[in-house]
Amino acid sequence: SRTRESLNDRIEGVLAMTREVDEAALEELEMSLLASDLGVATTTEVVNALREHAKRQQIRDGAELKDLLRAQLKAILDEQQKPPKTVAIGPEVILMVGVNGTGKTTTSGKLAAFYRAQGKTAMLCAADTFRAAAIEQLEVWAERSGVEIIKTRQGGDPSAALYDALQAAKARAIDVLLVDTAGRLHTKNSLMAELDKMRRTAQRLIPDAPHEVLLVMDATTGQNGLQQARLFTSFAGVTGIVLTKLDGTAKGGIAIAIAKELNLPVRFVGTGEKLENLLPFDSGAFVDSLLGA
Amino acid sequence: MFENLSDKLQRAFKSLRGQGTITEENIGEALREIRVALLEADVNLNVVKDLIDHIRARAVGQEVMTALSPTEQVIKIVRDELIALLGKDTARFKFASQPPTVILMAGLQGSGKTTTSGKLAAWLQKGGHRPMLVSVDVYRPAAREQLKIVAKSIKANLYEGDLKGETAGTALVERLAKEARREAIITGCDTLIVDTAGRLHIDEDLMDEMQRLKALLNPQEILFIADAMTGQDAVRSADEFHKRFSLTGIVLTKMDGDARGGAALSIRHVTGQPVKFIGMGEKPDAFEPFHPDRIVSRILGMGDIMTLIEKA
Ligand SMILES: Nc1nc2c(ncn2[C@@H]2O[C@H](COP(=O)(O)OP(=O)(O)OP(=O)(O)O)[C@@H](O)[C@H]2O)c(=O)[nH]1
Ligand SMILES: Nc1nc2c(ncn2[C@@H]2O[C@H](COP(=O)(O)OP(=O)(O)OP(=O)(O)O)[C@@H](O)[C@H]2O)c(=O)[nH]1
Ligand SMILES: [Mg+2]
Ligand SMILES: [Mg+2]
Repeated sequence: SRTRESLNDRIEGVLAMTREVDEAALEELEMSLLASDLGVATTTEVVNALREHAKRQQIRDGAELKDLLRAQLKAILDEQQKPPKTVAIGPEVILMVGVNGTGKTTTSGKLAAFYRAQGKTAMLCAADTFRAAAIEQLEVWAERSGVEIIKTRQGGDPSAALYDALQAAKARAIDVLLVDTAGRLHTKNSLMAELDKMRRTAQRLIPDAPHEVLLVMDATTGQNGLQQARLFTSFAGVTGIVLTKLDGTAKGGIAIAIAKELNLPVRFVGTGEKLENLLPFDSGAFVDSLLGA
Repeated sequence: MFENLSDKLQRAFKSLRGQGTITEENIGEALREIRVALLEADVNLNVVKDLIDHIRARAVGQEVMTALSPTEQVIKIVRDELIALLGKDTARFKFASQPPTVILMAGLQGSGKTTTSGKLAAWLQKGGHRPMLVSVDVYRPAAREQLKIVAKSIKANLYEGDLKGETAGTALVERLAKEARREAIITGCDTLIVDTAGRLHIDEDLMDEMQRLKALLNPQEILFIADAMTGQDAVRSADEFHKRFSLTGIVLTKMDGDARGGAALSIRHVTGQPVKFIGMGEKPDAFEPFHPDRIVSRILGMGDIMTLIEKA
């Protein structure tokens, strides 16, 4: 089956191997966490905490070990789940940012439908004026989600598109404005500065905006995800993560490392290419899936 | 900002000073540091395990040379092992005896297939070829439009085709592919680059569709386009794509960032196929042949020390 080497299988292996939880079991667990992209630092911390626990109080068996692990991972994620900024004056502005190809445009479209389903009015802003056919792609999503889209021409200034969208959203008393930006690598300073300019543009029209800056991350991302989160946060003030492509075999363990190191919550997860394949983040379900439960 | 592997190894080898040989005991800490470095570079766990075993076997019993410090000596072993795994051969392209040569672009969603299709066409044009591009991605919004714009920007031939209102599905994909090949022959194009929709390795329908495309087009090259930022899951997707389609090469994209690119080792390990090119940016000319030694330095997080070691 698809989770051949799932964490669950490995833990079951530990359970079969040893009656009580010993160093070998913990090492095996360490391997499993590393295999899920939690990274060396986070994995070591998690395993050390379990080791400490085992010293104080015997862990009876693999099942108890798994429960403890589950609780620990869930706690790391839950600690960051602060509610988003309250919106004093609308529209709520959500900026979608991230490296190339992670799912920003798709998620913008899905989110427009998500907010509409909550009875809110939404609008899309096509601020990726760089990538070939990025605007056309978002136009299809605008049609699918039944919301209006504000765009400029390819090659235009993204901040100008944003400015237009903010004015339109204000004029039409829209509840949520979703801004799709071009994919960019966090190492490119000039492109990152463009995001800062967009933030300032938003602030000029709406003092608290952007209310959310969502870093869209592909669940297959490895340790580079931490660096992405660090730099997008410092340039663009990321407020939360969207983890996409969780319908694959990667389970997005990097989100745990990010929560731990950067105190960023996961807000949504993407589970496919269709309009409805978006879910608000559920830490319990996420950890269960990570552990292969 | 980060302490590099060489610094860490230097620390690990402090105890080795004055000792004549590298032993099981004195190399332990160094191997742990190497393991961490490889894991942080996203090399797959099982690949790391194999590598560490090899490195240990080669290092233990070695005399500490005078030309190199123990650190340099071990780094040389690590480097040699990684290069051996990646393969020294500079990748070449297979061309069909009967044109057009067909190149099928495969990979997960968002890995860079469409962009790389354009880059490959530009690269072939520079080499005196006449490539034709076709997109059979009838699923993702504006995917075909994207390739059209890319083709135009590099003045490459494109078979656009007419969807004729046909529903998106394998039949349409096959029709477009067939028509494109015919068009390539008619217009005297010697290569046909087929950009496909992104697909998950566990998506039965789309994996079947790729199988049918392969049977229909009998491609000389099936390239797996992989994102350099991929983590541990790289082995799963690459393994599945290779099992089904017998890949002939890998393109590692988004290497212009700061990802260490350990996925290259993982993918090479499970497929046995060479990394042929790397993507270095979004523009059509940001495309380079792959050099194993460069990515090894990158995976290990060190550039300068390598030249020093090569001379020894
Ligand atoms: N399987 C799966 N595919 C997804 C998901 N979200 C997005 N995709 C696909 O991933 C690919 C990239 O998505 P986009 O929305 O274009 O990504 P982007 O971040 O806007 O890309 P750039 O603008 O080029 O940086 C597309 O093929 C999407 O259909 C998801 O949750 N699951
Ligand atoms: N920085 C950088 N970006 C790249 C590179 N290759 C592709 N991209 C970007 O990655 C994103 C996705 O590229 P696409 O070519 O659309 O990827 P794809 O595999 O065709 O995506 P789907 O068709 O949706 O599966 C785009 O924003 C590209 O500009 C690269 O080498 N470096
Ligand atoms: Mg986009
Ligand atoms: Mg594409």
